Amino acid sequence: MRRDLVLRVIARTLIPFILLFALYVQFHGDFGPGGGFQAGVIIAAAIIFYALIQGVEATRKSVPEWLVETMVASGVLIYYGVGAVGPFLGGNFLDYFVLSHDTVHGQERGIFWVEVGVAVTVSGVMLMVFYMFASRAKDPE
Amino acid sequence: MALAVVVIARSRSLFTVIILGGAYSFLMATVLTVLDAVDVAMTEASVGAGISTVLLLSALYLCKKEEAAPHGRLWLPLAVSITTAGMLVYGTLGLPAFNDPAAPIHTHVVPRYLNDVMRETGVPNVVTAVLASYRGYDTMGETTVVFTAGVGVIALLRRRRRQKQDASA
Repeated sequence: MRRDLVLRVIARTLIPFILLFALYVQFHGDFGPGGGFQAGVIIAAAIIFYALIQGVEATRKSVPEWLVETMVASGVLIYYGVGAVGPFLGGNFLDYFVLSHDTVHGQERGIFWVEVGVAVTVSGVMLMVFYMFASRAKDPE
Repeated sequence: MALAVVVIARSRSLFTVIILGGAYSFLMATVLTVLDAVDVAMTEASVGAGISTVLLLSALYLCKKEEAAPHGRLWLPLAVSITTAGMLVYGTLGLPAFNDPAAPIHTHVVPRYLNDVMRETGVPNVVTAVLASYRGYDTMGETTVVFTAGVGVIALLRRRRRQKQDASA
């Protein structure tokens, strides 16, 4: 598909907007529909779209595999980390009230970071699965 | 949607099945939007119609394009699926009506979520508040499940590549 001019131009125009939409879904998840899971999937979809148009090799250069692997683990660690802050500040595990002087503000902060963790893990896993399939496709059986 | 299901069941070409599966997911997403479950609809559209279609296509690239012809008797699987479907439909008869305000799901914890969510969390989207705050442990488990699935895929598909390198070395 690399030689198809129409597809390439459309992809190049669309991908920034898809990524922007993913960020909107991520950070606006508190107010409208969306959240970490959906945002992570949309980010992964944008990068897979890029891989379909430009080839997997070019994608591996801009989004290397070690980065994706790190994302898979670090998202979970962010989530657990937010939970682990609770006991240190005098609350229970996953208590967000202690994250700020104002309890409501603490809740907002906790939800925000938890959603970040979910998004990072989900997009990492989706991309990793795609990379794994793509690398198998390349191997001569 | 019914048309898509019938064609999926009849078709032998796996490519057709995958594309129609994506279309079915997308139609399902519109149904969920009509039911006011926008969060679920978004997930269905991006995961069901988007990513899983691409992943299935890349899996299809690795195997045959046609479904293998069925062998053996088909009556036993047919009987099992019809019985299961019958039992599931019978089970739904015991559920309260879809628009029943006195249904247990609307009287247990939902009123507290809906009434107190702004005071307790300051997050207007109740779905997000329930997912990340009230049910924080559930979502933590889910994230761990996604993580485990990813690690499993890495372990399964990468080990083989390394074995090949060992064999060639």
